[in-house]
Amino acid sequence: MNRYPLWKNVLIAIVLVLGLIYTLPNFFGESPAVQVSSVKAAVKLDAATLSRVEDVLKSNGIAHQGLFTDLNSIRVRFDSTDSQLKAKDAIEKALNPVAADASYSVALNLLSSSPQWLTSMHALPMYLGLDLRGGVHFLLQVDMKGALTKRLDSLGADIRTLLRDKNLRHAGIARDGNALSIRFRDAETRDRVKSVLSSNLPELNVIEQADGSDLKLVATIKPEAQLKLQGDALKQNITTLHNRINELGVAEPIIQQQGADRIVVQLPGVQDTAKAKDILGRTATLEVRLVDDEASSNSAIMEQAMRGQPPAGTEYYTERGGRGLLVKKQVILTGDRLTDAQPGFDNQTHEAAVHLTLDAAGARIFKDVTRENVNKRMAILLIEKGKGEVVTAPVIRAEIGGGRVQISGRMTTEEANDTALLLRAGSLAAPMEIVEERTIGPTLGAENISKGFHSTLWGFTAIAVFMIAYYLLFGVVSVIALSANLLFLIALLSLLQATLTLPGIAAIALTLGMAIDANVLINERVREELRAGNSPQAAITAGYDRAWATILDSNVTTLIAGIALLIFGSGPVRGFAVVHCLGIATSMFSSVVVSRAAINLIYGRRKKLTSLSIGQIWRPDAAATK
Amino acid sequence: MEFFRIKKDIPFMRHALVFNVISLLTFLLAVFFLVSKGLHFSVEFTGGTLIETRYAQAPDLDKLRQKLESDGFLDPQVVNFGSSTDVLIRVPLAKDGDSNKVSERVLTSLQAIDATNPPELKRVEFVGPQVGKELATDGAMALLLVVIGIVCYLAVRFEWRFAVSAIIANLHDVVIILGFFALFQWEFSLPVLAAVLAVLGYSVNESVVVFDRVRETFKKQKKMSTPEVLDHAITSTISRTIITHGSTQLMVTSMLIFGGAALHYFALALTIGICFGIYSSVLVASPLVMWLGVSREQFIPKPKVEKQEAVV
Repeated sequence: MNRYPLWKNVLIAIVLVLGLIYTLPNFFGESPAVQVSSVKAAVKLDAATLSRVEDVLKSNGIAHQGLFTDLNSIRVRFDSTDSQLKAKDAIEKALNPVAADASYSVALNLLSSSPQWLTSMHALPMYLGLDLRGGVHFLLQVDMKGALTKRLDSLGADIRTLLRDKNLRHAGIARDGNALSIRFRDAETRDRVKSVLSSNLPELNVIEQADGSDLKLVATIKPEAQLKLQGDALKQNITTLHNRINELGVAEPIIQQQGADRIVVQLPGVQDTAKAKDILGRTATLEVRLVDDEASSNSAIMEQAMRGQPPAGTEYYTERGGRGLLVKKQVILTGDRLTDAQPGFDNQTHEAAVHLTLDAAGARIFKDVTRENVNKRMAILLIEKGKGEVVTAPVIRAEIGGGRVQISGRMTTEEANDTALLLRAGSLAAPMEIVEERTIGPTLGAENISKGFHSTLWGFTAIAVFMIAYYLLFGVVSVIALSANLLFLIALLSLLQATLTLPGIAAIALTLGMAIDANVLINERVREELRAGNSPQAAITAGYDRAWATILDSNVTTLIAGIALLIFGSGPVRGFAVVHCLGIATSMFSSVVVSRAAINLIYGRRKKLTSLSIGQIWRPDAAATK
Repeated sequence: MEFFRIKKDIPFMRHALVFNVISLLTFLLAVFFLVSKGLHFSVEFTGGTLIETRYAQAPDLDKLRQKLESDGFLDPQVVNFGSSTDVLIRVPLAKDGDSNKVSERVLTSLQAIDATNPPELKRVEFVGPQVGKELATDGAMALLLVVIGIVCYLAVRFEWRFAVSAIIANLHDVVIILGFFALFQWEFSLPVLAAVLAVLGYSVNESVVVFDRVRETFKKQKKMSTPEVLDHAITSTISRTIITHGSTQLMVTSMLIFGGAALHYFALALTIGICFGIYSSVLVASPLVMWLGVSREQFIPKPKVEKQEAVV
């Protein structure tokens, strides 16, 4: 008899119900929403913020369809994009009265319209890839060499301070490719410095080198320290990108590490790529250095410097306003020491200005330097895309303590805002380059969804019609199994929140087209057994049992291809591979177990079964005798 | 309904040589086109920028091309894509300078042509040279992994003769698909690569089903000669082969019709793969197995093995 034990039937029923529940959210569609999240660590989203948002909507007469909070955002759902846009403006105005000093990011988003009970059991609609919902994708390559150079420069500065503190005299420190070379006048100092360095800067590998008559120490960063440095650079870049993108106001951005030195940035819904690129690619950082006043006032030296031959240890820059200036190479402070940067105005001149706050160490250095250099000039440089610009070069009137610094100097209000934003969002530890970019317009995304959907729908219909016409009731069962397969596949994709791309939809279609193979194998086997003269019940048993080994073999070979794609595929191909592999797993279950359960329910209990509804069984011998 | 009313086993093996010569000729032709014409790789592999735009009215492509050339883009390709209002622009990687600003510069150039008929940006794809190279090596690695994986699996599950002939038969399918892409200069993109690998796994299925039958028949029919066993195995699985591939092809045809330009080449690669897959995995793989010297003794060595292999 062909009967499944009760537990098996119950198991199948449970799996089907689960499949149905997790597929459900995909049918409800999405509604426009506004998402509010905090940009600053100090600003928390709480009940007060929620009621504030609610009040804003009420006072502006904008109807909403519910407010939701989760750990780090508030989402308000609307019935039309019109009220969504209105609400965004109203909330933005109310929560961020000063646009330049935004505490909240207010972004447009789409929210699933599925009921709360579904969402609460983590039944979410499938996560659509950028090619289906529109947006920008960037792959950024971090320039690790740049990170190394930057670190060496700052180590050079550390060594200088260290040697000055210990009263050790050197004859110059210079960066030479990937190494720092320190020159000395006598061997004794060199040896002492060597021991000082190895105890104070353990990340450096210091060796003695004789260069003609010169005494020299060459310091390189140790390999393990280099690795750590690169890891840190990547992490800092990701953090910085997070900060910058928060300021852009994008809902659900993805910023992830890929490989050893790459970062993936995906911004769903963003269309203005130029702006996004500009914000991502900017590498503004601040440097404070001293001006070489003597040389700068010497017109002969200045003329040479303009032609690209500045005196040793200095660099030539033009000030805003066009006047040339020689700035010492030694960096006193960098943007790393900043804790905050805010746009504002100068108290006396009412010029646009940026107010900086330094951390404790920065404040101390700044105090020391300003005390030692009263009546000299100090240059504040903004380094962007490898090019420096002297924002301002004021004369130090007195010692500046407390770590509060103001930059002002022929800036417009907008420039002050931009500069503050860039400085606040942090600098990139290493420069980055965009190595891959994909932008998909919103109309194309919607088109892709409908094309993928229609291909699957009509392909499925055609297969269903054929199977039912050819195998009758067994065909119906095969179609049921195939539908179950689709159900499981979508449920799994929704549950895992795997990214669905257009190739992913193609994989769904292809998997269905291939999955029918198992049912064809079974049905043909059953027919063959009947042809050989077996009883219907025996034919069912034998047909399923014998087809199983073949089904397993053929699915394993397909799975091998799927896994290879999963390992080596990237981007769209990965989406294909994920669905393909999942589809093979679900199809084995549905085409063998689910279809068998259905056949058992239909035929299993009938003891005196004389025929199966599987279409015509043609026997060569019968035809021959006729 | 029963499509396949076959009274006796069809003597496929008698014509084995013919089938193999046909497939060898197709293979050589494919290799010839691959060598002489080469594949038309998409931006993903070569690096460069691809911009898809839509216009309200059909623009003059020559004008777009001239404008782009005069704006300093080297060798831009401007073609229609799907309809006369959809325009696809490809700009190769610039040897120097800021290649990641290309898309904006192209768009600015295009907008300057006719203010009354501005382009709407649908899609931009920029791939740097390094990434393109990596994708190409990754693709080759994936192909290699599939081949090794399948050979190992079949060798363990069946016998090395089956593994070798299945992989030869199906790899030559891959070459034939590539040959078609070279001959017609269809664009070879990442989804096409995915389709090729999926087809490889899928048509090995075909050989597996036949081989399963071969093994079973060897054990059951003690009197049949090797060619007879192969004929019997192919004949008794032929209905399943055709119906399965027909069903898969129904799905793929639906993709060809409704899937639009984005899935066009993907579906096309699958179509060619499915058609040649049937042919080669049945009519090429089986003779190869025969010539490699498969025999009954290889399947009935130890009773222990037979117990493990619950045979179809």
